[in-house]
Amino acid sequence: MLLRHTPIEITERTALTINPAKTCQPIGAMYAALGIHGCLPHSHGSQGCCAYHRSALTRHYKEPVSASTSSFTEGASVFGGQANMLQAINNIFTVYNPEVIAIHTTCLSETIGDDLPQIKKKAATEGKIPEGRYVISASTPSYAGSHVTGFSNMVKAMAGMAEPTGKKNGKVNIIPGWVEPADMEEIKRITNMVGVKTILFPDTSGVLNGPLSGEYKMFPEGGTTVAELKSTGDSKGTLALGEWCSADAARELDKKNKVPCSILDMPFGLMATDRFIEALRTIAGVSIPEEIAHERGQLVDMISDMHQYLYGKKVALVGDPDQLIAMTEFLVAMDMKPIHIVTGTPGKKFEKRIKELTKDMGCEVNVKAAGDMFLLHQWIKNEPVDLIIGNTYCKYIARDEDIPYVRWGFPILDRQGHQYFPTVGYKGGLRLLEKITGVLLDRKDRDDSESKFELVL
Amino acid sequence: MATATKKKLVQWGPAEVKSALLEKYPPKVARKRAKQIMINEAQQNETPELTANVRTIPGIITMRGCTYAGCKGVIMGPTRDIVNLVHGPIGCSFYAWLTRRNQTDAGPDGENYMNYCFSTDMQEQDIIFGGEKKLAAAIQEAYDLFHPKSIAVFATCPVGLIGDDIHTVAKNMKEKFGDCNVYAFSCEGYKGVSQSAGHHIANNQVFRHLVGQNDEVKPGKYKINLLGEYNIGGDGFEIDRIFQKCGITCISTFSGNSTYDQFASSHTADLNAVMCHRSINYVADMMETKYGIPWIKVNFIGAKATAKSLRKIAEYFGEKALIDTVEKVIAEEMPEVEAALAEITPRTEGKTAMMFVGGSRAHHYKELFDELKMKTISAGYEFGHQDDYEGRQVLPNIQLDADSRNIEELEVEPDETRFKPRKSDKEMKALEKAGYRFKHYDGLAADMDKGTLIIDDLNQYEAEKLVELMKPDIFCAGIKEKYSIQKLGVPMKQLHSYDSGGPYAGFQGAINFYREIDRLVNSKVWGFMKAPWQKNPQLSGSFAWE
Repeated sequence: MLLRHTPIEITERTALTINPAKTCQPIGAMYAALGIHGCLPHSHGSQGCCAYHRSALTRHYKEPVSASTSSFTEGASVFGGQANMLQAINNIFTVYNPEVIAIHTTCLSETIGDDLPQIKKKAATEGKIPEGRYVISASTPSYAGSHVTGFSNMVKAMAGMAEPTGKKNGKVNIIPGWVEPADMEEIKRITNMVGVKTILFPDTSGVLNGPLSGEYKMFPEGGTTVAELKSTGDSKGTLALGEWCSADAARELDKKNKVPCSILDMPFGLMATDRFIEALRTIAGVSIPEEIAHERGQLVDMISDMHQYLYGKKVALVGDPDQLIAMTEFLVAMDMKPIHIVTGTPGKKFEKRIKELTKDMGCEVNVKAAGDMFLLHQWIKNEPVDLIIGNTYCKYIARDEDIPYVRWGFPILDRQGHQYFPTVGYKGGLRLLEKITGVLLDRKDRDDSESKFELVL
Repeated sequence: MATATKKKLVQWGPAEVKSALLEKYPPKVARKRAKQIMINEAQQNETPELTANVRTIPGIITMRGCTYAGCKGVIMGPTRDIVNLVHGPIGCSFYAWLTRRNQTDAGPDGENYMNYCFSTDMQEQDIIFGGEKKLAAAIQEAYDLFHPKSIAVFATCPVGLIGDDIHTVAKNMKEKFGDCNVYAFSCEGYKGVSQSAGHHIANNQVFRHLVGQNDEVKPGKYKINLLGEYNIGGDGFEIDRIFQKCGITCISTFSGNSTYDQFASSHTADLNAVMCHRSINYVADMMETKYGIPWIKVNFIGAKATAKSLRKIAEYFGEKALIDTVEKVIAEEMPEVEAALAEITPRTEGKTAMMFVGGSRAHHYKELFDELKMKTISAGYEFGHQDDYEGRQVLPNIQLDADSRNIEELEVEPDETRFKPRKSDKEMKALEKAGYRFKHYDGLAADMDKGTLIIDDLNQYEAEKLVELMKPDIFCAGIKEKYSIQKLGVPMKQLHSYDSGGPYAGFQGAINFYREIDRLVNSKVWGFMKAPWQKNPQLSGSFAWE
């Protein structure tokens, strides 16, 4: 057994986290910043933070992830990181010449109280920021929230780049949240089909799912451009997908630039996608083309085709709040039973929302925000499930308990495909269903006796 | 394309490459980097020529990690029956969770916490009001849940800044439990200039709190410790297999596939064999002073190096039975190695490699490329010191800077009861007279060809430039470097985590490595990068469809 010391008896823990279902803010800020075209994320802290975040993102995407660091030493930690930051800004613009440096803090620089806006001002006065280049920053202390919070904080800093001209651009801002590059591409495909002009930010498609061509571009073609980010203040509205990932940025645009916003769930599964399409229709005043209804119909068709294998199946879920909310709704809609749900990200609202979504399921649901995977495993030991959905760390539980498992979320360190094939929208719903039914039926084929083994399923 | 590449290789001499690497830098950065790039003279210097183990330049995209990574990730990570509890915000423990591919074998029922990740997950109020209480509570909860024999606590950056006294908390909990050794590592990420400081901090605490805890004499003849072997991809399993075949008893490995008791009994061994000089030479030195165990440098990467290291161990013990067994084992193992080489070298001979990894690995792996008849045209370390490049004879002339002085040096004296010279002065002198060298390491430079480039703390910009100018057939570094190099069409082998391969140590490992390099440098995929229409963009006429 891989997790052989996990007892079935659940004891309350107040101080010890075991097998976390979250990581720290800065990695989220780094991922978000990679969704700006020509941007170099910069980690203001000791160099290990940057090394760890780059490694984790690289392992997940199998793509280059460039980011720099202030490389704090003991001296910088005592006297403040300003000198390191100023030197870094100068070196970065001289050697790498990005359009934007997106700085995020760490627990180190937050604890010593470095003031990034002030350092930025000093860099500007000292002429260290070339004409037409930008330095943006987000405060992302690792000791608050989670990687999701860090993502949200950097997206909010991106919204801060809006420069309204007073003339509307006729576009809709879409903040997709922490989804895969493939999902961002899919959202753009959908909005194109609907015929809505959009500014999607951040946009890591074309950045973290690039081709192999013999050329290395430190700043690939993809990403939301600075011009687009500036223009977000002239958009007619903002659709924020996911309360945890995207709402703060949307509200910032509303508050500062009077760009109204709607906060939606991430469009995973049937109903969340329905609401997304409806929102696009309303905000842009367009009628929805037949192709979209066709894709929707295909998803409904597959649900009905596979319903017998999904019905009543118990599921354990671990991941980030926005994803889990949409996934729970999708599973419930297919008459599955998500009974154990954990996120490491804090927020009582999450537990409330999950309770609401599962209230008619007719069984007890374990849900915890600021929980961990050790607890999830103990719940599973106490009430086994038919399926686990979560990141790669779930494979240890899945193997020990011999439970079918679908990789979904962050990080996925041992499989490929998430950067290329979306799970948002109706098409993405089809892919999720393909994966879910695939593992359930593989299990049935494995476990059926020879006399029960069937050709046609 | 191919001819253009060859031309470049001829045109660019090492001095030109060096200046090309530096030309884009601001003057101050260029001056500093110039001292960390050496055109190898392959001579045994007394004073170091190359600057190493100095601060990373802010903003320059480095390969390096932090002190915590060196301490918790590298040295303590591979030990299975210690609960490694990270005191800090969640990230540091999360990133070090199962990401280093240290394999372990606890058997069906043995204690094994390596698949777990433990953290105090410090929150804002802990940063403001101090985290000692939470740490004590977390240690208690871990003890209540698992009853481990040992709990190790690791400090992350904010812990040092807010002044949590983790050592006192650990001491108090140890006294409270009575049957669980609790100790702490002040390995905040900002200490030192790289992972290397973390190795030193880990060595100190392992020596202070673990080594010498168990005096029970283990069975076996020819008892050694293998220091600086981390069982990445199962390297340690292969070395253990060979030791067993030779009749050599490995009391402890620091720290691949290790247990608490191995550390605790390590002072009962008669020889310390050091693999990774950089990460563990401190413990070797301290054990010699305190317990009288001599140490030698070995290398089990490369079939010839493995044979050489086995002979070196046998020569130390000096008994015919062992010497004969070692020769027999080498004679048994080598035919398969030679057969693999005979098959593969025609496809690898003359190809070129670059390696920028670790603090000893770049040197060790050169052996394997030599065996494949490939030329290492440039190499360097991520966190090596000057003695790792130019040999231990430069040690007296290394200037300690403020960053190195901040790392504690333990004052060690011979143990009153346990100090026991393993060999008499006369025996040691006789061995040395016969050419045997204790505490000796020549470093990377001595093995690199004249005119090759040795580069310390290579960064992303320089890596890309080097590959562009010198077009190696393979580049070796870590995960962060992997895909930017491969985008250029050059295969990249991870030598920290081995991608998902290994073992590469010992005889079987060497064969695995030959096959892996053959796969990489001869893969068809590098020929698919351009589409047919990109190779021949000019259409001479349109095709007349019938």
